[in-house]
Amino acid sequence: MNKTRTPLFHVSKRGALPWYRTWAIRGTALLLALVLCGIITSIVTGQDPLAVYAAIWSGSFGTKRKIWVLLQNISMLLCVSLAVTPAFRMRCWNLGGEGQALIGALTSAACMILLAGKLPNWAVILCMIVSSLLAGALWAGIPAFFKARWNTNETLFTLMMNYVATQLVAYYCVVWESPKGSGQIGIINPNTQIGWFPQIGSQKYLLNILIVAVVCVLMYVYLNYSKHGYEIAVVGESERTARYVGIKVDRVIIRTMLLSGAVCGLAGLLLVGGTNHTLTPTIIDGRGFTAVMVSWLAKFNPIWMILTSFLLVFLGRGAGEIATKFGLNQSFGDILTGVILFCIIGSEFFINYQIKLTRRGKEQ
Amino acid sequence: MKKTIALLLAVVMCLALAACGSQKTETPAPAEQAAPQTEQAGAEAPAEPAAEPAAEAPALKAGFIFLHDENSTYDLNFINAAKDACAQLGIEPILKTGIPEGQECYEAAAELVDEGCTFVFADSFGHESFLLQAAKEFPNVQFCHATGTQAHTAGVPNYHNAFASIYEGRFLGGVAAGLKLNQMIEEGKITAEQAKVGYVGAFPYAEVKSGYTSFFLGVRYVCPSATMEVTFTNSWYDPTLEKEGAIKLINDGCVLISEHADSMGAPTECEANNIPFVFYNGSAANDCPNTFIVASRIDWTPYMVYAMTCTAEGKDIGADWTGTIATGSVKMTDINEQAAAPGTAEKLAEVQELLESGKLQVFDTSTWTVNGETKTEYMADVDDMGDFQPDTNVIADGYFHESEFRSAPYFDIDIDGIINIDA
Repeated sequence: MNKTRTPLFHVSKRGALPWYRTWAIRGTALLLALVLCGIITSIVTGQDPLAVYAAIWSGSFGTKRKIWVLLQNISMLLCVSLAVTPAFRMRCWNLGGEGQALIGALTSAACMILLAGKLPNWAVILCMIVSSLLAGALWAGIPAFFKARWNTNETLFTLMMNYVATQLVAYYCVVWESPKGSGQIGIINPNTQIGWFPQIGSQKYLLNILIVAVVCVLMYVYLNYSKHGYEIAVVGESERTARYVGIKVDRVIIRTMLLSGAVCGLAGLLLVGGTNHTLTPTIIDGRGFTAVMVSWLAKFNPIWMILTSFLLVFLGRGAGEIATKFGLNQSFGDILTGVILFCIIGSEFFINYQIKLTRRGKEQ
Repeated sequence: MKKTIALLLAVVMCLALAACGSQKTETPAPAEQAAPQTEQAGAEAPAEPAAEPAAEAPALKAGFIFLHDENSTYDLNFINAAKDACAQLGIEPILKTGIPEGQECYEAAAELVDEGCTFVFADSFGHESFLLQAAKEFPNVQFCHATGTQAHTAGVPNYHNAFASIYEGRFLGGVAAGLKLNQMIEEGKITAEQAKVGYVGAFPYAEVKSGYTSFFLGVRYVCPSATMEVTFTNSWYDPTLEKEGAIKLINDGCVLISEHADSMGAPTECEANNIPFVFYNGSAANDCPNTFIVASRIDWTPYMVYAMTCTAEGKDIGADWTGTIATGSVKMTDINEQAAAPGTAEKLAEVQELLESGKLQVFDTSTWTVNGETKTEYMADVDDMGDFQPDTNVIADGYFHESEFRSAPYFDIDIDGIINIDA
């Protein structure tokens, strides 16, 4: 008889779904994730799952300050995500967002420390802006040049540049440490506030948020309505086609990566000059990597990225709140975030594919 | 374009609705939560009206900020103290763990204030400038910072530093280590010249230098031929680096290890290699039964009780507070008889009495030299203005006055007999 076993089900590619069905799938996934989280929470910790959800909510929206911090964190994550997106659209995997932002932070901090007292405040800020954008661009430009010239693998190259940046920052943290030997820079220019960005009213985060909002709109326009954006899309679809229609692929790669790096540098600048006023090797806080997820989940669309970065920051803040409120370890919050992300990313599978049960007897 | 905007708006609305919906289902939850919170003041009291417990305990909400969570021995020591102190006063603490030494510390402090805390404590050296920033912004809240250096010069009345004379505890740890070395020499396992101890330090600055120097002086107090090698991880908590540091020292011929970093990295490596070690922050007798000798630690409970009582009663907390072994702020864990040399307990009790009575000074200048010379004066950077300018002579009456001019250590002299193998 027939030796081959028929599987119980098989997976096939779906055609395009109408938007309401894709969002129904995503919504179901989110609901499922929340239910799963509730079950896991009650089994593992014996806490009331509803109270846990409430804590996740209040982690982001509990107080006015928390809402501001939420918005600030969204804008920072969004900024790095916007930065890596043009490269991603070109199918050029810039995983160096972390390092590019870090190097921008380093140069901003360098300007604040070394130029304080030597130049007027506005000139220091100007130097910070110019140098951090250039430094970020350079950090992305090096791998881009190698890719364009010798077709090196940009994924590995940009990834490795992260470590170089981290070590450089760790080194300068020791050079500028205060007090000696502590490896800490602390707040830079706490009394003179040289190099600190001006505050809009009493809101210390508002300026950063507005800048990133503007960058977001500009990036949307750039990618969708400019000639450059079109070239990026064509190179992303097929390099050969791009060459055939006369696009200089090497130039597009380098130009896009420079832009990508510069916007990352901007994120570093905003963190150092706008809010933190310090420099540590962990100041970017993994946003360079989270940005990959933000950008991918939003299908590389800058406007959707507002939503996806909100989702990730919201979950992260909620995780922290759970840890505080229930005396649980921070890791428990991370587990919940993991469950939710797993469901959301998993839902993309069901949007692209469908599972069909195999009916017996139909195989012959 | 219009389509996308319409779509976006639709999604935002959907989300908003979903959000509202989920909030509604949650409404009973906050109410449930609110109830235990009002009870918190009267630890474990049944759900009585809030006024009753508030009368017996000081009306105070206390918030604590920790660099890591309980997996770090350093933070665990603080977490235990915070819970202890709050239990004594009938206060429910709000603990924030895993707060990095950056803007996050300021944000955590501000959030604690938003939640009604009038007492905020942070446990890591690098939290200082961010906590100070919060202290300036919220003058009605008392901010206490362990191990910091700036309070006595910052001129911010609601900002305070605290530390304990842990060098006394480390000296005792050193004595226990020295006795172990003597035992090994007597048993013929090593010669007197091979009595080399290793030390895994975090950062090469005063807090760590003061710690390992006092430990070393304790070792030499009973084992005069001892020498020491030091290596640094440049991190407060890095199990891998601390483990590697221990391996490096063991390979260099160190026969006993001590450390000032916050993970179990070095101890587990010592246990694996059967190298005896003296620990910090808490006992490792359970994980390392064959090699753990004893540990010194700071008991933060007395300070926390003092500072929170002051806050509740509206009294001044000193800008700079130092606990000592005599006041119960510096403690030794139980000695692990399996690893310690016989007679360790008696010797430690004897030396501790000498320390408490002031007959013995840890940094007695006759016991150590720099380039072969005895120090008669030393200008230390006590007033930390960020300038590294030495400003105070701290050697007098034949010893280095550690933690007297300011709670945080300022002994940062490289003495003879200690070799930094990273230099």
